[in-house]
Amino acid sequence: MSFNRRDFLRSTSAAAAGVALAANRVEAAARAGGLVTLPPASPGDPAVNALLATVLDAARSAGAQYADARVSLSRTQNVFTREKRVQGLADNETFGLGVRVLVDGAWGFAATSDLRTDSAARAARQAVAQAKANKGAGRRPVELAPTPGNQRGTWRADAKIDPFTVPIEDKVALLLEANTAAMKNPQARFVTSSMFFLKDEKTYANTDGTLVEQTIIRTQPSMNITAVSKDFRDFQTRQSTDIQPMGRGYEHVLEGKLVENAPRWADEAVQKLSAKPVEVGRYDLVLHPTHLWLTIHEAIAHPTELDRALGFEANYAGTSFVFPPEKVLGTLKFGSPLLNVRGDRNQPGSLAACGWDDDGVVPDEFDIIKNGIFVDYQTTREQAPYLESYYKKAKKPVRSHGCSYAQSWADVQFQRMPNVSLLPGSKDYVWEDLISATDRGIAIIGDGSFSIDQQRYNAQFGGQLFYEIKGGKIVGMLKDVAYQIRTPDFWGAMDMIGGKRSYMLGGAFGDGKGQPAQSNAVSHGCVPTRHKQINVINTGRQS
Amino acid sequence: MRPHSLLAEASVLSRDEAESLAKRVLALAKADETRVIITSSVRGNTRFAVNQVSTAGDNTDVSVVVRAAFGTRVGSASTNRLDDAGLRQVVDSAERLARLSPEDPEYLPELEPQQYRPGIGWSDGTASMDPGIRAAMVNRITEPARAAGLVSTGYLETRVTAQAIANSKGLFAYERYTSSALTTTVRTPDGMGSGWAGAAAADATSIDAAALAARAIEKARRSVNAVAIEPGRYTVVLEPTAVGNLVQLISGAIGARSADEGRSFFTKPGGGTKLGMKIVDERVTLVSDPFSPETPGPTFTGDGLPTAPVTWIENGVVKNLNYDRYWAKKQGVAPTGAAVGFGGGSLRMAGGTSSMDELVAGVQRGLLVTRFWYIRPVDQRTILYTGLTRDGTFLIENGRVTRPVKNLRFNESPIFLLNNLEALGRPERVSSSESGNAGPSIVMPPVRAREFSFTSLSEAV
Repeated sequence: MSFNRRDFLRSTSAAAAGVALAANRVEAAARAGGLVTLPPASPGDPAVNALLATVLDAARSAGAQYADARVSLSRTQNVFTREKRVQGLADNETFGLGVRVLVDGAWGFAATSDLRTDSAARAARQAVAQAKANKGAGRRPVELAPTPGNQRGTWRADAKIDPFTVPIEDKVALLLEANTAAMKNPQARFVTSSMFFLKDEKTYANTDGTLVEQTIIRTQPSMNITAVSKDFRDFQTRQSTDIQPMGRGYEHVLEGKLVENAPRWADEAVQKLSAKPVEVGRYDLVLHPTHLWLTIHEAIAHPTELDRALGFEANYAGTSFVFPPEKVLGTLKFGSPLLNVRGDRNQPGSLAACGWDDDGVVPDEFDIIKNGIFVDYQTTREQAPYLESYYKKAKKPVRSHGCSYAQSWADVQFQRMPNVSLLPGSKDYVWEDLISATDRGIAIIGDGSFSIDQQRYNAQFGGQLFYEIKGGKIVGMLKDVAYQIRTPDFWGAMDMIGGKRSYMLGGAFGDGKGQPAQSNAVSHGCVPTRHKQINVINTGRQS
Repeated sequence: MRPHSLLAEASVLSRDEAESLAKRVLALAKADETRVIITSSVRGNTRFAVNQVSTAGDNTDVSVVVRAAFGTRVGSASTNRLDDAGLRQVVDSAERLARLSPEDPEYLPELEPQQYRPGIGWSDGTASMDPGIRAAMVNRITEPARAAGLVSTGYLETRVTAQAIANSKGLFAYERYTSSALTTTVRTPDGMGSGWAGAAAADATSIDAAALAARAIEKARRSVNAVAIEPGRYTVVLEPTAVGNLVQLISGAIGARSADEGRSFFTKPGGGTKLGMKIVDERVTLVSDPFSPETPGPTFTGDGLPTAPVTWIENGVVKNLNYDRYWAKKQGVAPTGAAVGFGGGSLRMAGGTSSMDELVAGVQRGLLVTRFWYIRPVDQRTILYTGLTRDGTFLIENGRVTRPVKNLRFNESPIFLLNNLEALGRPERVSSSESGNAGPSIVMPPVRAREFSFTSLSEAV
């Protein structure tokens, strides 16, 4: 069953009353020539538009020089199964309003799920009062980079089948069938499988005259298979990392072919029980895109966030070795000349895709690393002015790259990573080419354990499957493998890279940053790579 | 205008309001059995960076989860729309999912009404915090940091929560509680030194912001020009926060079912569980007691079971594993009713009498660790995790802290740590979540332990 906001706003007596009031007020204000920041026209639902207009109006009346507001209806659906059993079916929705204001260069933010006009306007005044409380002496005032105002439009995720229209029976049947397929291997003792769907319909308005409506859709099917040894001395798992979360619809589940893939994943979990423990040492690593996306996420995407470099995240997510901006922009050698990395929010089906960010900015595609040299940070409207002198020197506009994002109506937006992708090399290599070119190494498939320091220098990554390479051939399976890196050395040691044909999108659903911690979803396009002489440890210990 | 006059209007649902909301939902329900979980929250936060408030936020929300069952077919749905149409829709959604769900062989009937002990986790001080008071608290860190020529960053969070559970058999449980945390990282302007301090409490007004500032400032200054040391096995003195970072990981692995199924550290080689086995030093006792003033926690679980104090490890021996209602029934034991997970949680490790100075004095050559970071699982078989030291790591030589050292990555298990104990100090409440959120009540001692495994060096400050 599906419904739209208009239907339920109408069906909701309290909200309907509030919206009617809002609409009246907008009309009355228009007649009186008062502060009307938005015409009740263009995208989205007129009732929502009117409520946003009221909120912006209240913020301005209370003293805000700038304000923006988001109304969001976010629906999620979870289906969890275990072996032959459905563990949970859950439909969740949350609906609310967040308003952010700027008063004399200080931010304030308030949010409420009570959408009656009075309450929404009160949230705006609360945000203004908070901004006034936050003003300290001698502070650097927030300054926003210019952006074309009066944005109008709608944007919708690249989803062919809205997951919320697919019958729940089909979803349950598919997962249970996949579990059965996995359990054909008797040593695959435990199987869980799940589907997660999100549909976020949000309308954003700001006092620059922008009013945009967007529908974000995200889909993640997954399986986890555990094999247990007969003597209860070992167990091993295989996660379905071949299938990455995406900003697509139910077609992504169908194309993932869980039922067809499950027996192979089960066999691989069982094979891991008898795999050879890795010998510690230095190896050439051949990394599959289903693994490498996470290394890109942690060791390229995070350290090139400008708020980290400026120290704003020092208390939790950390700072960055890509610092200070004026000394590293255009000069820092991040990796080998094969390393080209770009940010974007427009790859079809990617998790960070959108038409406008939560500052109301149209995101652009921008180079972060060019031929191994660091050339730009991820930015928002608040941050771009910090880089003004570099941009002027480099003859680039001082503009936000459109990286503002809040996980929900209840959270304030701030700089979050866009899709950050490793561009394919010019030679048309594929995975097998990299393996056959390697004399002694380890091939790693799928993401596993991960950890990195607060400046993104020292990282350790595991994986799902590890294969020993000898003389250009895979000769057997290894286990207990993790590699440790120093970020610039690791990317500097990259000497082979896949071509266009081997490009795929990996993705993180739970990219965490900020306090309170907020979750972001991003894709990382990547190709297979080879890295020379990387330090490998053995993580198996006896208890 | 006084800012808190605005916030004072918002508060969480009272017992009567929660009960009345639950009754409205249950009156709409047509399923054989229905459970309603209500969470009402008022949250406030103030962040600061570069010695000034960067962002702040205040939000209020009430969510309703409905779990419906027809026979043993179960579905659930949640919403935060509390008008009649919203509630009707959430009930309908849950019932629709339940009807479409296959039979659940592990379904257990809803509980009959239960008796609950009153919770002790409420503080008026936290409930009446407003953005002005929060900003003033933050100033007690930013001002001394600025005066010292240092750069402070940090986070203050307050949570006011009311939680209720009701079901179609007449069970009703309600509790309200508060939590808060204040953490700060102070750095030198050149990025060569960094020091952290943090605290958590049910009563935010009891947190001494100025004392945290002093500690973080001192560590920032002392950590400048850190020297590199060889990775390897070191005797360590871990501050209570660092102990909390690691020991709390045990509570995530303590499920009875996975132990019985052979996929847990608590699986006995050859089959069965490690219940009754000595697994760590005999000075180790680990308890979840939500009714202790030190570790206030939830008074009921997500299915409405009253919580009780649980001793996980006593004098080094595994005393309890966590049995949910289904696994308890299957194994013929009582469900544990542990205060972990739902509605926060509580965990306390017993300590000793050593002061920090005494812990340090017993080290020939070793390391003093303030906290750990980016702690992620590596091997569930041994509860082995990796992560790094951060914001205050020092060399100890001949019983004295002598100089700052560069940070190190560990690959280590809290089980190995607790087997290698030399001495324990006095337990204290810590803020040991990496994100600085106002999480569960965790009380940990500082410890001295040998053979802690560091596997590589980090240049990160």
